[in-house]
Amino acid sequence: MDDMISLTFLAALASAAWRLATPLIFASIGEVFSERAGVLNIGLEGTMLVGAFCGFAAAAATGNIPLGLLAGVAGGMLFGLVFAFFTITIKADQIVVGAALNLLGMGLTAFLFRTYYVSTGKGIEIAQPVHIPWLSDLPFLGEAFFRQNLIVYSTVLVAILAALVLYRTSFGLTLRAVGEHPKAVDVAGRSVVGYRYAAVLVGTGLAGLGGAFLTLGHSNQFVEGITSGRGFIALAVVVFARWSPIGAFFVSLLFGLFYALQLMLQAQASIVVPYQVLQALPYIMTIVTLVALRGKGAAPSKLGQPYEMR
Amino acid sequence: MSTKPFLRIDNIRKRFGPIIASDGVSLEIEEGEIHSLLGENGAGKSVLMSMICGMVRPDEGDIVYKGQSVRFTSPRDAIRERIGMVHQHFMLVPNLTVAENYILGQGSALSVISNMTTVHRKIRALSERYALDVRPEAIVEDLSVGEQQRVEILKVLFHGIDLLILDEPTAVLTPQETDRLLSLMGDLVKDGKTVVFISHKLDEVMRVSNRISVMRDGRVVNTVKVGETNARELARMMVGRDVRMELPRSPKPPGRIVLSVENLTCRAETGLPAVRGVSLDVRAGEIVGIAGVSGNGQTELSLALSGLLPVDSGRVILNGNDITGHDPAKINARRFSHIPEDRHKHGIVLPLSLSENTILQRYNQKPFATGGMLNRRVIGEHTRDLIKRFRVRSRDENQPIAALSGGNQQKLVVARELARDPDFILVNQLARGIDIGAMEFVMEEMLRQRDSGRAILLISTELEELFAICDRILVMFHGEILGELPPDRARLDELGLLMAGNKDQPALAG
Repeated sequence: MDDMISLTFLAALASAAWRLATPLIFASIGEVFSERAGVLNIGLEGTMLVGAFCGFAAAAATGNIPLGLLAGVAGGMLFGLVFAFFTITIKADQIVVGAALNLLGMGLTAFLFRTYYVSTGKGIEIAQPVHIPWLSDLPFLGEAFFRQNLIVYSTVLVAILAALVLYRTSFGLTLRAVGEHPKAVDVAGRSVVGYRYAAVLVGTGLAGLGGAFLTLGHSNQFVEGITSGRGFIALAVVVFARWSPIGAFFVSLLFGLFYALQLMLQAQASIVVPYQVLQALPYIMTIVTLVALRGKGAAPSKLGQPYEMR
Repeated sequence: MSTKPFLRIDNIRKRFGPIIASDGVSLEIEEGEIHSLLGENGAGKSVLMSMICGMVRPDEGDIVYKGQSVRFTSPRDAIRERIGMVHQHFMLVPNLTVAENYILGQGSALSVISNMTTVHRKIRALSERYALDVRPEAIVEDLSVGEQQRVEILKVLFHGIDLLILDEPTAVLTPQETDRLLSLMGDLVKDGKTVVFISHKLDEVMRVSNRISVMRDGRVVNTVKVGETNARELARMMVGRDVRMELPRSPKPPGRIVLSVENLTCRAETGLPAVRGVSLDVRAGEIVGIAGVSGNGQTELSLALSGLLPVDSGRVILNGNDITGHDPAKINARRFSHIPEDRHKHGIVLPLSLSENTILQRYNQKPFATGGMLNRRVIGEHTRDLIKRFRVRSRDENQPIAALSGGNQQKLVVARELARDPDFILVNQLARGIDIGAMEFVMEEMLRQRDSGRAILLISTELEELFAICDRILVMFHGEILGELPPDRARLDELGLLMAGNKDQPALAG
């Protein structure tokens, strides 16, 4: 038990938390964009799976990790385009289309993986940790924060960039207005449909990136259902974070902490709780936060509603 | 004087599916005038103006602006041509600041917002120039409706305009705010701008316009100079027949107290206090009006009385029985009728037929149902009878009520509520969305109900409605009853001051 409170343990926990939060950070910040524009994409899980698969496939073919990440983003956006077409252009129900895309994502990636890769069973080269000079040698802090791979580091950049775009550019202002009062945007002479497409593409692109991280920066393999509910957790993160990108970053870290905690507690021989209970920890926390925050305002007022001119 | 008009609309046609919104409209607006568009709801005023500001594209016809034929494909084109419109439903994003609303959609989409101090300064300068009292850093949702409207007008000025279109701007204002708006329109014209004022209020139109165009059934029926007409003539043009402006009232003293409200308080859905200690009595054979700018607790008062909102303290007594906090079904059963403000939310079920809507509260009672089965024949007869008596324009009783116009939906709600033989009738916005012809009819019906000894509480933001049929008018402000006045038009100023929360203002002479 002594081991549990040691600095080594805490440093390892912090390091793992950030790494495990990374896919959530990408996906939830992406979803913030989408939801701020009034589009609720519950198809994140399927989108992340597609990103994970595309990233894996591209990296397996070329051995190039950046190319794999790019493929993940592209796969996510392609999936997002389908979602956007049905929900924005055809104005189908966002929940129904999102649910369908989740099923499609799971089925499609499983099918393609079994057809082309399962027999090879080969892993791929994944992104290696980059020790930041000097900082990584700091006691505790070094191990906790400065020995990650570049994708993990980039989450900070993405969060800051997302906040700047959302709050400091004309694009972001219009995007936020689209989710609150689309008609006002229309009258101001901007295309509501265009902005919603853009928001969905940003959202699914980032979700695809989050998925690709799972195969390119975390595990070295694609596994069917590798996202294991992270897309749904990202949806909860957005609510908890009150639709703010910086908030989504920190809330994702909190959920990353739950993931890390359950992994490390499983490794503790002294803990007698069945491992299944520990595994359920992030999901239980998701339900707890959603219940605790129920009915609290701040959601974009036109969330989930198609826009009809006139 | 130039011979070419500033704006010419030539034989415009527009249909939405089976509905003809513009049926060959022609209209000329001259530079520097205040031109009023008068007409009932659904006459096609708003659609016409939406076409001028690029929101709707006409099917046929020409718009000639400043001597050139224009064809706007989006509101952006109209903004570029310096045409601005203040819509009836504000185009302001509630959770953004005033300044953010003003720069929405301006400049390149990719630009970084960096010049907010300049924007703030420009807004302050404009606000001062027109005495509009707009603070650029205020969050829109914190502002009152009247303030939001000033924000909306200043937004259009901020974008730079030559032609300003105001769509029913006075509907949400107190009489004093209305005065202020009308004088602002004069100031704008002095600055060389042209104003189109859409309204259905005859007196305002008469006060402010140079010329008035009357619309009916998607056409301009006539354009007249303001000095060459009068209210009666305008009303006739609007409706297409003579309208009685004063309704006769029999001077009968009211009877026993039917509804008594004692010190009622309740909170709005947001949890904020909305009704703060309201006490009032309504007697048999009288119509008591509640005036006030919308949003001063009238909505919550009517919801609380009808059992749709929990009561925090105080009592509601109907015919001697305490009905405080009872559920709506129980209250309804005590001969309480409710004509709600928001009929789509509390009055009718849109996809259901007229028949089904007429028995919403009584579907399980004889003669409409026996042994758990609906008596379609009885329900149909009952509905047909109501349709006939209240002149509800519909195909038949099996048509979904969603297919009816707002006025006809309202007539059916009124018919249903009166058919339940109530002792007390709660009305919130009697004439909302209905035209003058139908309004005259439902008002006369209300007076008949009064004369037959029913007690009526009429909550309204339309002062004309209150003056026309009430026996006394209470004024509500910030959840309280501030005062009581007789329905005397000569005391409009006093009423306006009370509506603005000014309790201590001495009564004006007379």
